[in-house]
Amino acid sequence: MLNNQGRPTQPVEAVAPHVRKTFTGHRALAMEEGLIFEIGRAEVTGVDVDDAGEFTPRLGKLERTTPIDLPGLSEPEAMRHYVRLSQKNYAIDLGLYPLGSCTMKHNPRLNERMARLPGFGDIHPLQPVSTVQGALELIDTLADWLTEMTGASAVAMSPKAGAHGEACGMMAIKAALEARGEGAQRRVVLVPESAHGTNPATAALIGYDVRPIPARDDGTVSVEAAQAALGPEVAALMLTNPNTCGLFEPEVVAIAQAVHAAGAYFYCDGANFNAIVGKVRPMDLGVDAMHINLHKTFSTPHGGGGPGAGPVVLSAALAPFAPVPFIRKDADKFAFVEHAEGTQSFGRMTAFHGQMGMFVRAMSYMLSHGGDGIRQASEDAVLNANYIRVCLSDVMSAPFGDKPCMHEALFDDRWLKGTGVTTLDFAKAMIDEGYHPMTMYFPLVVHGAMLIEPTESESKASLDLFIMALRDLAFSVQKGETERFSGAPYYSPRRRLDETRAARTPVLRWTKRKPIPAANQIAAE
Amino acid sequence: MSTIRYTKDHEYISVDGDVAIVGITDYAQAQLGDVVFVELPTMGKSFKKGEQAAVVESVKAASEVYAPVSGEVVEINSELEGAPALVNEDSVGKGWFVKLRITDQGELGALMDEAAYADYLKTLD
Repeated sequence: MLNNQGRPTQPVEAVAPHVRKTFTGHRALAMEEGLIFEIGRAEVTGVDVDDAGEFTPRLGKLERTTPIDLPGLSEPEAMRHYVRLSQKNYAIDLGLYPLGSCTMKHNPRLNERMARLPGFGDIHPLQPVSTVQGALELIDTLADWLTEMTGASAVAMSPKAGAHGEACGMMAIKAALEARGEGAQRRVVLVPESAHGTNPATAALIGYDVRPIPARDDGTVSVEAAQAALGPEVAALMLTNPNTCGLFEPEVVAIAQAVHAAGAYFYCDGANFNAIVGKVRPMDLGVDAMHINLHKTFSTPHGGGGPGAGPVVLSAALAPFAPVPFIRKDADKFAFVEHAEGTQSFGRMTAFHGQMGMFVRAMSYMLSHGGDGIRQASEDAVLNANYIRVCLSDVMSAPFGDKPCMHEALFDDRWLKGTGVTTLDFAKAMIDEGYHPMTMYFPLVVHGAMLIEPTESESKASLDLFIMALRDLAFSVQKGETERFSGAPYYSPRRRLDETRAARTPVLRWTKRKPIPAANQIAAE
Repeated sequence: MSTIRYTKDHEYISVDGDVAIVGITDYAQAQLGDVVFVELPTMGKSFKKGEQAAVVESVKAASEVYAPVSGEVVEINSELEGAPALVNEDSVGKGWFVKLRITDQGELGALMDEAAYADYLKTLD
């Protein structure tokens, strides 16, 4: 039997119960792998280290009296263990990732090569400044380009992730309000319902009261709703643009003007900047502060692959309050301004200077793309999302009607109503088709949401196969083939997990399992 | 004799004199799916109408529960700590969240009665 890609495959019956369970639990190359504490033995080691000689411990009563019992493996065992575990991952290097840049988009390998250059990879933040002039020049140049792309007056490079950048921007706003003598009066931060969840969390963390602004039926924020919520007690409005519904806020300029007229500051969550780089300079829209996720827009690895990096661009009004440290160019050398004395800086966000390795990768990405390439990446991200949206719009339902989206295509679950299939079931069936599910049940303002971000790096062939797979699933829903969904995933190493039991009665402590018996102890049945 | 009132955010409030039982409606629990955690306020805490009084977390999402009227917490349903499933099984009975001593009876007038809430639910589908 051939599958839709013209390759020989097993019929579905191959996994039916009459197929014999294997003795090992392996399913051909899909290996079962125990925890390292199950397969390791304390007496085994991969390296031959001399026994410690006689010595007098100096820990007194603190000295350990019981064996530490760390699992030991030989070198080939250690290799197999971690290679097998790595094969259980779904990753952007294995297939299309509809979670998009929020989780990971393609990390160009050139970036990795650049970050490992000894002049960047082998330096230390406590090295004398005179010995790291090249690294400082890179940070300074990257800062310059970020302000160029956003139209900003200043940028704080040190925040270590998006939410950290939000905190930085909001702390600058707080410092500016305090400098004006309005710190005690302005206690409220407005956050639209379509904002990222980190926005209200950031405002609350810094001590503000959060007041939501309802979204309109079309998924965007109206200037009237913002106007109605503004007042002398409002410190800032935090808007995610493009928003979590994948839509550009059409009234953003009017909202910014209303915020400023009320004496407040306008924070923009720039996590979705990757949809508009090279097309819009956010500061031209009236933004006072915005973080940029280098690990999203500029392709640096994140999640398990590396730390985030969230520089914050600031308007002229907020620039004096930027955190330390920052780089100052004196004649022919670069200096670090480490202390806030004599300035209005609100202080320091991090011990050192930011995510140097990510700065190198982001600059490598910018240099390899050029201005036109970066603009095209934004355009392609938007084009790919709209291609998916249009190709699925006749079988799935879009919450805000047939209108263009930015870099993410959003569907709701109206098309599943009465079919017995839920968003969760549909997502699980995608796993059987070899795709990681898209973002589900978010944004919260859309019922049973399915949010797909293909990113700019997918080819048309890759998008077409993904679309055909989703259409095939949708046709199954229409034909009432609910069993394809209710028990999914069928082909994964583990079937559907009981999320409820996992949350209600979590097993948080590992207990030792029975060891595998020696071969000579197994009798034939 | 208690009267039951509803909010647009799907809280119910069952009023008996100046004390009221607050929880989430059957519609709300069905929308949330399996509830796995409920965070309740401390005893004696006072809320203004519309302030966040509790958090309910399901396998799908975490949602805020708002105080339907202003009042002071006089009792909490501590059983929910060990058995959040009660919210799914019996949201208007054993799955109640808190008992409030109402500070302004007048605020009850703005809430929906049974029939109005049923009509409101029809508009949501």
